[in-house]
Amino acid sequence: MGNTTTHADIEFEMPAASKQSVSVSVKDLDLRFGSLQVLKNLNLDIHEGEFLVLLGSSGCGKSTLLNCIAGLLEISDGQIFIKGRNVTWEEPSERGIGMVFQSYALYPQMTVEGNMSFGLKNAGLPKSEISERVSRASEILQIEPLMKRKPAALSGGQRQRVAIGRALVRDVDVFLFDEPLSNLDAKLRADLRVELKQLHQRIENTMIYVTHDQVEAMTLADRIAIMKDGIIQQLASPDEIYSKPANLYVADFIGSPAMNLLKGVVANGTFTAHGVSVPLSGYDFEKPFEGPAWFGIRPEHVAIGDAANASDTQLTVKAEVVDPLGSDTLVMARLSDERFWLRISGQSKVKIGDELKIGFSAVDASLFDQSTEIRL
Amino acid sequence: MAVTDAGPATEVAKRPSRLFKNLASKIAAVPMVLVALVIFVGCTIWTIYHSFTRSRLLPAPEKWVGLDNYERLWGENRWLISIENLAIYGFCSLTLSLTIGFVLAALLDRKIRFENTIRTIILYPFALSFVVTGLAWQWILNPQLGLQNVVRSWGWESFAFDPLNNAEIVIFGILIAGIWQGSGFVMVLLLAGMRGIDEDIWKASRVEGIPAWKTYIFIVIPMMRPVFVTAIVIIASGIIKVYDLVVAQTSGGPGIASEVPAKYVIEKMFFSQNLGLGFAASTMMLLSVLVVLIPWAYLEFGGKKNG
Repeated sequence: MGNTTTHADIEFEMPAASKQSVSVSVKDLDLRFGSLQVLKNLNLDIHEGEFLVLLGSSGCGKSTLLNCIAGLLEISDGQIFIKGRNVTWEEPSERGIGMVFQSYALYPQMTVEGNMSFGLKNAGLPKSEISERVSRASEILQIEPLMKRKPAALSGGQRQRVAIGRALVRDVDVFLFDEPLSNLDAKLRADLRVELKQLHQRIENTMIYVTHDQVEAMTLADRIAIMKDGIIQQLASPDEIYSKPANLYVADFIGSPAMNLLKGVVANGTFTAHGVSVPLSGYDFEKPFEGPAWFGIRPEHVAIGDAANASDTQLTVKAEVVDPLGSDTLVMARLSDERFWLRISGQSKVKIGDELKIGFSAVDASLFDQSTEIRL
Repeated sequence: MAVTDAGPATEVAKRPSRLFKNLASKIAAVPMVLVALVIFVGCTIWTIYHSFTRSRLLPAPEKWVGLDNYERLWGENRWLISIENLAIYGFCSLTLSLTIGFVLAALLDRKIRFENTIRTIILYPFALSFVVTGLAWQWILNPQLGLQNVVRSWGWESFAFDPLNNAEIVIFGILIAGIWQGSGFVMVLLLAGMRGIDEDIWKASRVEGIPAWKTYIFIVIPMMRPVFVTAIVIIASGIIKVYDLVVAQTSGGPGIASEVPAKYVIEKMFFSQNLGLGFAASTMMLLSVLVVLIPWAYLEFGGKKNG
C-alpha cells in the first residue's frame, strides 16, 4: 500500500494525459455477447494513485468494463495491463486487485473477521501476517468492535465497510468499486462517501469506481469517464466535465437540474433561437462554425434581477414552477418553447406567475453542433 | 401525522371485535383445521389406543392386552430385519441422494449449454410412480434380462451382478432404484437454492482466489441451509414410507431379506388380519420419526427465542 506516495500531491495540477506512471491500462477492448457489442474499441489509461469514476446510466457498460478489468468477464478482443503487466488472460485473483460490490457480497455464515481473513487463509499466508493485515484494515475502517459479529447483525454501512476491509487486506495495487454505495440510504451514503475519499487520501492506491450517481462521481473523482452505449463519451476532471462537456449527452447527463438547452442557429457570431438572440463574442469556439446548433446554459449561470444587467443577453420570463430546496430554489420558466430552469437563492421569494428579469452570457455557455452533437 | 380538517371529532371509534377480523379467511381455514385435528391427530390417537388391544380383523377396543403386541413385535425376526433394512436404506438414501443431487446441481449451475434439457431428463424419473421404477429396475437388475446379461454379451463372461437375489445385498438393489428416482428431485431443489445465491458472492470469491469447490463447501452450502432442510424433510418422509418400490422389485424377498416396516404394517393389517400388531408397528414408526424430529425441531426453533 505504501509504494504510491509520490504523485498524490501534484495530482490536481496534472493535465489529463500526464507523464505519471500508468497503473491500469485498457487497450482496444471489445466485448461481445453473441451479436451484441457491449464495449467497443475502448481505450483507457488510469494513473498510479488516481481515483477514476466510471459514470453512466444503467446499461451503458460501466459495470461491464469494471468486470473486464477485474477479469470476471472474458473479453472478446484487446489487452488489459495492470502495473505494466499484461493480465488479459489472468485469473482475477492473480491481477493484484481488490473489489467491492453493491450487494456487499459478504459470506453470511462467517464473522467479520472470518470474512476478512478467509481469502488470506486460503492463499496460505502465515497466521501472524493475516492477523496483522486484518487488524490494520479494521483499524483504518474503524470496525474493530464488530470483528466477532456476523454480517446479518450489521447495518448496511457497516457491512460495506467490512467489504472494503476484505478488499484492503489483500494488499493490492488497484481497488475496484462496483456501485458500493447504491444500497445505502442518503445520509449513510454521504457519510461513507467522505470516508472513501479519506481512505483514498490515506492509502493512495489506484481506485476505479463505478456509479450512476453524479454527486458521487463529482465529489470523489480525480477524473470521470462518462460512458454511453459502451463508449467513453468524455474522460476529464470533474470540473472540465461540468464546465466544458464534450458533447450533448454529457451536457445533459451531468448537473441537476440538467443544463438548459435551446435549439437554434449560429450565424454571424450570434446564436438565434425562437425569441432569443445571444452574441457569441465571449464564446471560445474550438473551430469556426455556422449552422444549426444547441445552446446550453446551466441554471446557476443565469443571472436574475439587477445582476442580469451585466449579461450579454437579457430577457423577461414567467415562473411556472417553483421548487424550494432550502439552500436554493429552482424555478422553471419557458424560453423558446423549452423548459428553462433557473437556480436562485433560497431566500428570494418567487411565486408562480412572477415575471423575472434574467440574463446570461455566452462565456458560461456550451454550444453543440446539431448534427454531430459535439461541442463547438 | 398530518392534521386532518374533518370537523370536530364527535365519537371515538370502537375497536372492532378481534373474533370477526378477517372472518372470510377464518371460515376458509376451518376445513383444514378439521382435517388436521380429526384425521392427523384423532386417527393417530385412535391407532395408538388400538395398538394396546387384541384387535384382529375389526377394531376391538374392549380387548385390552397392554404391551403384548409390542413384545411380540420386537420378538419377531421379520420386524427386526425390516428395521435394519430401513436404517440401511434410509442412511444411504439420504446421504447419496443429497450428494448426487448436489453434485448434479453444482454441475448444472456452471452455466452449461442445454441446461433445461438436461435438467428435464434428470428430473424425469421423479415423474414415474415407484411401482414403475421398481419394475424397470427389477428388469435391469435381472441377471437373465438386464445389466449382467448385457455385460456378459460384451465378452466379460464371468461378470456377476445379481443383487436382487442375494439376501445379503438385496437392500442395495432397492437403494439403486430409490436413488435413481429421487436424486433428480433433490437436484432441482438444490439448483433452485443455488440460483438464489447472489452472483456477487461468486465474483468476490473469484477475486479472492478461492477455488470453486471451496466456495461451495464453505460459503454456498452454509447459505443454502433452508433448502437443505426442505430437501432432507422430503427425502426422509419418502424413506419412512418406502413400500411400493419393495413390492414391485422383490416383494420383500428373497425370503424376508428386503422387508421394510411400511410393508410389515400393511401386511399385518390387511393380509394377516392382525390390526393390533399392525397398529403397534405403525406406532413404532411414528415414534422413530418423533425421536429424530423433536430434538431437531427443538434446536431449530427453540433456540430462536433466546437469540
